[in-house]
Order: sequence, then C-alpha cells, then structure tokens
Amino acid sequence: MKSASDIARDVQSGTSSAASELDVALAQIRARNGELNIFLYVDEEGAQRTAAALDERIQRGEQIGPLAGVPVALKDNLCQTGIPTTCSSKILEGWRPPYNATVIDRLLVAGAVPVGKTNLDEFAMGSSTENSAFGPTLNPLDTSRVPGGSSGGSAAAVAADMTPLALGSDTGGSIRQPAALCGLVGVKPTYGLVSRYGLIAFASSLDQIGPLTKNVRDAALLLEVIAGHDPLDSTSLPEPAPSLSSHVNDGVAGKRVGLVRELIDGADADVMASVERAADALREAGATIVELSVPEFRLGLSAYYLIAPAEASSNLARFDGVRYGLRVNGDDVTSMMEATRTAGFGEEVKRRIMLGTYALSAGYFDAYYGQALKVRTLTINAFARAYHQADFLLGATTPSVAFAFGAKTSDPMAMYLSDVFTIPSNLAGEPAISVPFGTGDAGLPVGVQLLGPGRSEALLFAGARVLEIADGRS
Amino acid sequence: MSEPLRREDVAHVAKLARLILSEDELNRFTQQLSQVLEHAHDMNSLDLANLVATAHPFGLVNVVRDDVTRPSLDHDVVIAMAPDAQDGRFAVPRILGEAP
Amino acid sequence: MSLTNGWEMVVGLEVHTELKTATKMFCGCANSFGSLPNTNVCPVCLGLPGSLPVLNARAVELAMAIGVALHSTIAPSTFHRKNYFYPDMPKDFQISQYDLPINVGGFLDLPDGSRISIERAHLEEDTGKSTHLGGSGRIHGADRSLVDYNRSGVPLVEIVSGPDIRSSTQARDYASELRGILMATGASDGRMEEGSMRIDANVSVRKVGQPLGTRCEIKNLNSLRSLQRAIDYEAHRQTVILEEGGRVRQETRHWDENLATTSTMRVKEEADDYRYFREPDLVDLIPDEAWQARIREGLPPMPAERRSMLGARLHEPSDSLLGAVSVVVDLDLDAYVSSARDAGVPAELALPRAANELATDLGGLSNLSFEAFTATLLMERSGELSPTQAKSVLAELLASGGEPRAIAAKKGYEQLETGAVASVVAQLIEEHPDEWSRYRDGDEKLAQFFIGQVMKRTKGQANGKDVIAELHAKR
Repeated sequence: MKSASDIARDVQSGTSSAASELDVALAQIRARNGELNIFLYVDEEGAQRTAAALDERIQRGEQIGPLAGVPVALKDNLCQTGIPTTCSSKILEGWRPPYNATVIDRLLVAGAVPVGKTNLDEFAMGSSTENSAFGPTLNPLDTSRVPGGSSGGSAAAVAADMTPLALGSDTGGSIRQPAALCGLVGVKPTYGLVSRYGLIAFASSLDQIGPLTKNVRDAALLLEVIAGHDPLDSTSLPEPAPSLSSHVNDGVAGKRVGLVRELIDGADADVMASVERAADALREAGATIVELSVPEFRLGLSAYYLIAPAEASSNLARFDGVRYGLRVNGDDVTSMMEATRTAGFGEEVKRRIMLGTYALSAGYFDAYYGQALKVRTLTINAFARAYHQADFLLGATTPSVAFAFGAKTSDPMAMYLSDVFTIPSNLAGEPAISVPFGTGDAGLPVGVQLLGPGRSEALLFAGARVLEIADGRS
Repeated sequence: MSEPLRREDVAHVAKLARLILSEDELNRFTQQLSQVLEHAHDMNSLDLANLVATAHPFGLVNVVRDDVTRPSLDHDVVIAMAPDAQDGRFAVPRILGEAP
Repeated sequence: MSLTNGWEMVVGLEVHTELKTATKMFCGCANSFGSLPNTNVCPVCLGLPGSLPVLNARAVELAMAIGVALHSTIAPSTFHRKNYFYPDMPKDFQISQYDLPINVGGFLDLPDGSRISIERAHLEEDTGKSTHLGGSGRIHGADRSLVDYNRSGVPLVEIVSGPDIRSSTQARDYASELRGILMATGASDGRMEEGSMRIDANVSVRKVGQPLGTRCEIKNLNSLRSLQRAIDYEAHRQTVILEEGGRVRQETRHWDENLATTSTMRVKEEADDYRYFREPDLVDLIPDEAWQARIREGLPPMPAERRSMLGARLHEPSDSLLGAVSVVVDLDLDAYVSSARDAGVPAELALPRAANELATDLGGLSNLSFEAFTATLLMERSGELSPTQAKSVLAELLASGGEPRAIAAKKGYEQLETGAVASVVAQLIEEHPDEWSRYRDGDEKLAQFFIGQVMKRTKGQANGKDVIAELHAKR
C-alpha cells in the first residue's frame, strides 16, 4: 500500500485525489472488516465530505498540509465530535462527544481524512484487544492470533492495508506492543509532547497518543502533525512541535547504543536473536554497542500495576450513569450507579478499578501507591544513569511474537508480564519506538525497541530508520 | 503490606468503587488481586526512604490560563447526552444522603 | 451566649468562599449566578471523558490575596483528587488542595482585640447544585433529584481557622470580619444568601483547662445569624449530654433554621475513605517572589486598617461613633467620609451621616458624588442647613442625583436671615411672657423651648445657633 507521504504528495499535486485515496481505504475496510473486526465505526459520509472539501481546495490551488488526503484510523478512545466513541465499553453506549480531541483537530488542519474508530481493549486495559465489549480484533498477519493491545484495532487497520496511518495510545506499551505483533512502527512519544485533551484517560500520568505506521518516515510525519504545545492540556510541554521527518536519515554514526540486559532477559529465543541482529546492524551503521544492566527496570512492572490502576480507578469514576452513556435503573442514586457500573464495565476493567481503589484506600496508600511512586523516581534515576553511558537504549518490545487467542486470558498476571519491556518508558515519561526487525516463530514479525531520553524522538527515528533499511524495508 | 488480602477487604473495596460483585467474582478477584499485590512486594526489598515520590515525569510548574471566558456547550447538546432529564437538568433517582 | 458551670466551647470555622472570577476554576465557562440551568457548562466542568483541567490564573491570585490579607505564608502547593461518588460532582472526584495548600498559617484580628489563628486557606472547586422533587423539597423524602452543573467547577477558597473561638459572638465577629476581608481583597462578593460564602462550624465543649472534647461539625451555615444560633444550640446540646454522663458522638450535623436545632446528618465512619492522591492532570503551583510581590502591592487596605484610619481623628471615640466607623467600612463608604474630612468636615459629622443616611440607600450611591456629599455636609456645618434639612438633601441626592445647593433651594431650605430670626424671637417673647421671664431668671431649660418654637414657626429653616445668639442678646 502507498505510504502516507506518497499519498499526500500525489493528492496535493493532483496526480491523485483525496476522494480516490479514501475509496481505496473504504474498499479495503469493506472487504476485510467483517472478518477482522477492526473498525467499530466507519464514518463513510463524514470522511467523504472531508475528502471532497480537500479536493475542492486543491482545485482552487490551495496548499493543504503535510497529510493532504491521507486516510487515518483513530483508536476509539479519542473523542471526535458527533462520532460514537466507546472505548470498547458498553458503559459509553450511545455517547457522541460534543468536541474533538486536540490531535483530531490537528489532523484535520494537516489535511488528513479520519475514516473511523478502531477496536481496543476496554478503556485501553489489556495487551491483546480480547478485552473489548465488541469482540476481539484478529491479527491480519495470522487470524488465529491476537494483534496485541490495547491499540490492536489501530495496528490491525494499518497491517491490513486499510489506512496508512493510525493513532493509538500507550500507557504501558499499548502502541509499541501491537506494532511489534503486527509488524509496524509504533511510537510512544515523550510525555507531554502530544496533547492528551480528548483522549479518554486510562492513567493520566502515563498516557500518550502516538502513531502506528508501516514505515519510519510516515511515523515521523504523523508525530510532527500531532505534537506541540496545547493550552488545553496542563501537562503539555511548552514548546512547539519539533522537526522530526527531516532527521529520519541522520543515521547513527558515532552514537552509543545501550543494549540493556533487562530489556531482553525472559524474551523468547527468536525475539532475542532479532535484538542481537539489530545491535549488529546499528554497529555496522557506525554506532558503538554498550552492554548495560538496569536492574530497576524489573521493578517497573510492580509499580506500573499499582499506579495505572490507581489513576484509572479515579478516572473511571465519572462513568456513573448520571450525565451520559449507559444507565441501568435503580431505586436510589447509589443503586443506579452500582447497577450501571456493574453492567457497563467488563471484567478486566473491574479488576483494575478494584486493584486501584484498594491501592489508594486508607491504610494501604503508603505501602502500595506511595511506594510505587518512589519506584517511579528510581526508574527515572536509572534511565538517567544509563544515558551517561549511551545515547539511546536497545531491547525487545515484547517477550514473544503474536500469541494465540485465549493464551493468556485466564491468567491476568501472565498478560501483565508481557508489558515488562515497554513499561519503564511510560514510568519515566520518555520516548520509545518499536520497529519491526526480522521474523520469528511461524514467520511472524518481531519488534525491537529503541528507548531514549525525554525529547529524543529525532534520534530514535534515525535509529529506527537504520534498522528499517538493514531489514530490507527501505 | 505482608497481610494477605481478605475476601471482606475486596467486598469493601467493591462498595467504595460502586461495583456489585457476584460470589464467584469476589473469590476470583480476591485470588487475582492477591497475586498482583504479592508481586508488588518485591518493591519492599528496596530502601526507598530517601527518594521523593514522582507523581509526574516532568517538572512543569505554574501552568495557568487567563481568566477569559470561552463559549460553553449548547444547552440542547448537553441535555441530549443525559440518560434522563427534566426541566433542563439531569435527573437522577432519589439521593439517600447528603454529600460528605 | 456563654456556657455556665465551668464549661467552655471550643469552635473552629471552615469558611468556603466562591471567588469572584470571570470564569470557572479549570475551564472558560462563565462563573455567574442565576443563569438558566446547564448553560454555563463545557466538557471540562461536565466531566466529559477526555476533558482536562487548566488552572485559572485569577483564581490563584485571589487565593494569594486572601493569604496575604490573613498574614499567611504563600507556599508551593499541589492539587489532589478527593474521590467520592455523588451526582452533583461530575467527575465523581473533587479537585482540591490537600497536604500542600497555597496559604499556610496566619491570623485574623477581631475588632475586640482578640486574635484567631488561621491554619490554612486552600483552593478547590465547587460542585453542581441539586433540586429535590417530591416530599418536602429537601433531600430526605424526595423521589427524584435534578442536577444543574452551572456551579460545578466554580473556584472556592476554604479558610480553616484554628480552634480558637470561645463564644458564638466571637464566631460571628470572626465570620463578619473575614467577610469584610474577602470583599476588600476583591475575592468575594460576600453574598451569603446566594451561597457565595458558606460556613461549617466544628464545635466541642470542655471544662475550662481540660483537654479538647469530641467535636461535631455543623454543615452549611449560610447566614451570620444561623452561625451564632447553631453554635449556641450545639454547645448547649453537648453540655447537657456530658453533664448527664453521656458521650458526644463525632458526627456531621445539619442546622435546621426553622426548628432552631441541629440534627445528625451522618456519622463519621470508615466509608469516609476519599482515596486522596495527586491530581495527575495538573502541575505544581509555585508562585515566585515576583508574582507574590505583585499581589501584595496590589492589595487595598483591609477593614481593620481602614477602621483605624477612619477612627484616628476622633476626639472622643464614643461607642456610637465607633459603630459608625464599622458600618462605614462594612459598606465600603470610606471614600465619602475621607473626602468630606479632607474638605474640613469633622469626622464626628461625616461618620454618622455616612453610616446612617447613605446606608439606607446603597443602591443610590451611583447618584451621589463625593463632592455632593461633602458640599452638603459643609452647608450643614456652616449652618446653612439644619441637620434635618441636610439629611433630606442627602436622601434627595441618593434618589435622583443633582447639586445640593439647588436641591436646598428647591425645597425652600434657605435659612432665615438673622434679622428674620430676631423678629420671630421678639414675637415669641411677646406671646410667652411667663416662659421668657423664667428664662431671664436663669432657667436655661427654657432656651430649648424657644428654639423649638422658632423651628416650628420657621419650618426648621432657622439656624439653632442664631436663635441662641438672639435669646442671649435679648436677655
């Protein structure tokens, strides 16, 4: 399928049109969505109107933005005016947001064409998209396997050639893990680089919106469009969007790459082999490989599974049947709230609300949540130490390639453990990219992960591009 | 922290979180949450006393906006979201107690 | 009221004041009272999924101004979430400051010279408002409730006093003085009847010198009168329980204005688990020295200072004059008094005229310039107008504006010439020979009789001093 940058170039030049590029996307969605269950909602009419308006402007000679006529898939936890937004939960049944997420406004300004909302683990809680109230999404590369999660729908939309670009959200790996499992580039940006306004929160201090794409250049292009200060998000970094796509081909000559033992240990042999070959490729491109151990990363999982549920338990309190979405009646307001929440939330969401409520409750706060916040400090310090020795870090994205449906659903802890390599970056608020490198078991793609200090996206894109070329994906 | 999680703790937490758990769920959650909390005990081995808790990854301070009005939502749009409404207000079944 | 039999009450007040900002605390919706329901709402203050709060700079500045006025330390602060489910709270948590409030410590001096310590004054957001249908219209017994979120997210400062208050009168004085301070800083309009200032009272009793007793919290007292009555009732109730050997239960109580009693609202229990944690959607608030200095320098004088400025030049500060000083400060009439005084009107005249005449028609102040007020009092001082006439001119000025001299002329208040007074006095001496001879024999009381008669005959247009001078001359 055509890359986003090619589509934008052709649409702007008149070689193609937004409408015809949209038709390609819609045709593929119609052909495969029934089987793969990727889109929860396709906004055909809205997308067609947007595309037609763009084509008209181009005919008048207007210069459209960098994503002119590029179809984009949106994870269904991003609010879009008038479009059903569900978080894959029954509790948001019937709700249509009266406002756009900042990222959607920026996509529209850049000339992109949002085509619809993609499936996810309910409220982004999960690593397989099996926790959706609307059924699992299938991995387009092997339909007996999961696409990863929680941004499984967005990853699958790109992997199935429905759209060249998709937005996901990453709280503990929810962009990078499905990118790895679907053979895509997935970026978790520096915390605060992309506005969270209009992203339905899972864990506010960890969530970031980011791109899922087929190639590094498109990822940089998309991130440039959505990044930059937003006055509607108090945690947004103060500076405008950095230039990223211009650095994609900077290479890694002279850079020090830290190969981190804790980001490989426990991975399957095929995954480990890919990471080692990635190290070789970076060395061949002129980087120095430094072997590092950062033991603190192991503690990240424990801290994460207290902090994220704690924040989630509070963020999800508002789904109480009073103002929007589902209401199940009750004799009094408390019974109504209980009935609504009990019927509206799925099991994984309830499990995490319970965990988070417990971690915050009187008598346990210091032992659990308080301790977890300190481990977060420890993680940040550990990263900082590693960056004395290396410019960026290398490791695996996931312990294994895409796994079969049902493999981990009965054991939440096993599912949680699959996030072990991605969590440290969220805890530290630092950027990380998953880029496909080689194949593993059953010919499935393997993702390797590049991690960098805050605001080092340009460096990570350059590293990812070196790997992309070495992997023969030019 | 080493106290095991009891079934009645889980029941109490469910009440706080406005969730009704079946007997089955109560048992399952007690076991599963215990497992996660057990895993969290590895943090106990650390001496964290001298560390400051991080509630936020970057040190942004004093992020404020000017006291200038922006348009509110259209009233009809607001009320259209309501599962139940009356007289331009959101309607709920009787409230049993005053706010704390 | 004070307690007898060796008991004393220990009271601390938590005063919630809505801040007089243009917009809400975390969004750009208008902060205004009395709009149609659910018209000043947006994704943020409705708690819609995905919305995020951004702090209103003006709310921070007003909170700092309150802190400066209360001699607090402005400290680095953070915001927390207080989690509990309630339909008038759109996110089912309230954003509030918790362990690190913006204002720490401080004190407030009362007019009687006592000092009440301030523990903290912190920022938080208000909730929406429920209307209850069915039953008596109160929450208990209602069938259904309706929620309006216009008030949701309105900025509040909660001012917590130390447990230093020892009588209900002192509690009222504290609340009244605080209200004056909040109005002077521009933080609040002080309208208790609209709920823009609400008070919770923590009340306990003990034998003098004994450790603190168990306290009860009385919620939502929204007038100074209710505050005083509720505290008296509650202290008495607790004393009776303890005298009978009982135990006071720690609980939240409701004040019923009609029954004049407090009753149990809710007992403190374990369910009060608010699961406070840092609000991850907001960053730390660390006002730097420059910002604090700007607030400090922009702060007008507080009521206590204004009272001492107004009272400073009184030769004999009688209770009634001091009362007038308080009224003038409470009603913000200082500028009238000081401009009259600067023009040579004695404070002894300007204060009562402002406190009594202007206070009766505050709505008319826009018609009355400082110059007109001063000119009227100067005419009264020089004897051109009698006190009665001066008051009547002020009333007219407040009602419809204008120029004092013209009003006096229109009302026919030009005072009689001395010659005319002399002829009236001569006439009266003729008509009342007995009284005149008793006056001549030294009965000074009769001077008043003649003055009264002159005034009656001249419809108040004579100057009393002229009359006395004439009487003396004729004696």
